[in-house]
Amino acid sequence: MSAVLQNLVNQPYKHGFVTDIESDVAPKGLNEDIIRLISTKKNEPEWLLEFRLNAYRQWLTMKEPKWPNVKYPKIDFQAISYYAAPKPKKKLGSMDEVDPELLRTFEKLGVPMHERAALAGVAVDVIFDSVSVATTYKEKLAEVGIIFCSISEAVHSYPHLIRQYLGTVVPVGDNYYAALNSAVFTDGTFCFLPKGVKCPMDLSTYFRINTEESGQFERTLIIAEEGASVSYLEGCTAPKFDTNQLHAAVVELVALDNADIKYSTVQNWYAGDENGLGGIYNFVTKRGLAKGVNSRISWTQVETGSAITWKYPSCILQGDNSVGEFYSVAVTNHYQQADTGTKMVHIGKNTRSTIVSKGISAGHSNNSYRGLVRIAPTAAGARNYSQCDSMLIGDKCSANTFPYIQVRNQGAKVEHEASTSKIGEDQLFYFAQRGIGNEEAVSMIINGFCKDVFQQLPMEFAVEATKLLGFKLEGSVG
Amino acid sequence: MIYPGSTVLLEVRDLHATVNGIEILKGIDLTVRSGEVHAIMGTNGSGKSTFAKVLAGHSAYQVTGGSVAFEGKNLFDLKPEERARAGVFLAFQYPIEIPGVANSHFLRLAYNTVQAQRGRDELDPLEFEDFVRDKMKLLEMNPDFLDRGVNEGFSGGEKKRNEILQMALLEPRLAILDETDSGLDIDALRIVTNGVNRLSNKDNAIILVTHYQRMLNYIVPDFVHVMQSGRIIKTGGKELALDLEAHGYDWVGAGRPATADV
Repeated sequence: MSAVLQNLVNQPYKHGFVTDIESDVAPKGLNEDIIRLISTKKNEPEWLLEFRLNAYRQWLTMKEPKWPNVKYPKIDFQAISYYAAPKPKKKLGSMDEVDPELLRTFEKLGVPMHERAALAGVAVDVIFDSVSVATTYKEKLAEVGIIFCSISEAVHSYPHLIRQYLGTVVPVGDNYYAALNSAVFTDGTFCFLPKGVKCPMDLSTYFRINTEESGQFERTLIIAEEGASVSYLEGCTAPKFDTNQLHAAVVELVALDNADIKYSTVQNWYAGDENGLGGIYNFVTKRGLAKGVNSRISWTQVETGSAITWKYPSCILQGDNSVGEFYSVAVTNHYQQADTGTKMVHIGKNTRSTIVSKGISAGHSNNSYRGLVRIAPTAAGARNYSQCDSMLIGDKCSANTFPYIQVRNQGAKVEHEASTSKIGEDQLFYFAQRGIGNEEAVSMIINGFCKDVFQQLPMEFAVEATKLLGFKLEGSVG
Repeated sequence: MIYPGSTVLLEVRDLHATVNGIEILKGIDLTVRSGEVHAIMGTNGSGKSTFAKVLAGHSAYQVTGGSVAFEGKNLFDLKPEERARAGVFLAFQYPIEIPGVANSHFLRLAYNTVQAQRGRDELDPLEFEDFVRDKMKLLEMNPDFLDRGVNEGFSGGEKKRNEILQMALLEPRLAILDETDSGLDIDALRIVTNGVNRLSNKDNAIILVTHYQRMLNYIVPDFVHVMQSGRIIKTGGKELALDLEAHGYDWVGAGRPATADV
């Protein structure tokens, strides 16, 4: 894992190549015919087509959110192709049958997945453009009753589960991008942990956008039944293009009684060049429902890429004594813009939430934390602690904090702390005078700043996240 | 102490430097040999601290003329971190706070960086812990210092001790102490200067930058230089500091042109 991530992230953005696989690309534009085409291509049941069409019809009545503190040219949703799949020659039974060109792509990425999975003990469900190509470790997981597969496969193999849970945490009409995703999502990950099962390994998915100007609409659904627990890792990389690419994923988590879901992300999508040209637009809806008593949902994110990030991994704390956590490091450099944070909605009694957000801005970037803590009248004894720290590097960037706190139960306790600091030339000189160069100094200061969040990451992720930040901020100081 | 036949560590010739386009150093000459302790005294704004920072390589100062050789090599060819690794140490007048970075981590990285440069073994965190605790005794420092952020919330005296602790760890060839005595009470001054004295040996040299004679009661200089308007206008032995204390800085400057451009 360590070496893999190192290759993925700890270097100048080198994934700027396009794999030459004959893509099966849908014509540009979005209408009901396109949605029917996607559904047909994926051989979906009628109810899922209806789900999509319902979402599409709601989407048509909605408007793009204007409240985020980000600026970008209007997106022409009719100029996007909503489906792209590598043409499989036949149904794949093993890695040997995977298109060699695809395998070479993995090699270029430094991801020899067959070896990697075994070496790192991580089951990896690789998403290549929008279709899952191969799933490893599935059988091993199946032994303990864990389902870990692409969502398209789950639609066919476990329709009752998909039907029961899909769209229950993020309803199709939840927001503009969630509606769009619900209408056109092509693939994603499904994970189901039956009652009492603790997942024996961290589960991981690498996303990769490959076809130029094809939107990427991932859909992830993770269910942990009573007493189950899982740690899920998501890491991203995308090729370097000048045209902006839209990404609007939806992630839904459901934790039943005493279940525990930990979702960690290291996001390193192409952020555009130094002048702000190109880069991914990342408009993501992530939400976890802590449905059962004593359940826990924990989000940890390290956001370093994308031209624009619009993302608020949230927790609905419905079960009594349930716990929600959000640990975030968001780094912006050059002309990147991030408006990210969380929502903690306390419904059950004695629910607790923790928010630790660390924003780092460099270059001409703009980094905003936006968070909502809502205590419902039913949430007696609810507690929240929020800490939002910003660090500025240089004097052309900006950092903002937008905390929204709504308390409707007098017994609740809500704390919010915020700070802003700056890496100064004199700090760097102090390090230099002790023999420590600028890059190492910045990395050390940033690590100190982000310590509380990195501690939450699985160990190998933490090490690589540290290096990633150092690289992202290279040359931004001194 | 002056040792016969000792090697020249630092050779400063006609050094000129500016900050924001204003010339602060206007032709400094200074030769420092290993084993020696030099005191540079002068009023506020005379250029003492600027001189110290120029030697360390602070980017706010531009060298506009002259030369500085450190162990025979052009000091200005080296970046600040390279100077540090080569053995130039500056104890800061106002050590900056670096919140979130544990002092122990910082000290170990600095130590290992310099050790690596000298081709010596680096220490792992456990070995370093023992090593640094030993050095801390020299400065009567509480081990709690290791767990706190670098200089974070330290009192003035604690910051100065932390500086000398770093000097003890890095074992520089040339240590420049920029007003290390300022802000210290008598006890702290005794502890800090005692630490410096124990680090002084025939292979290194110390430049003390100070306003006051009082530190020189503890660290006895071999040479005292008086700086005024960016130049060294008088050099003498340790007794010069006492004369200055008795008569004031005007006494040296009297009879000299106020600021003649060279």
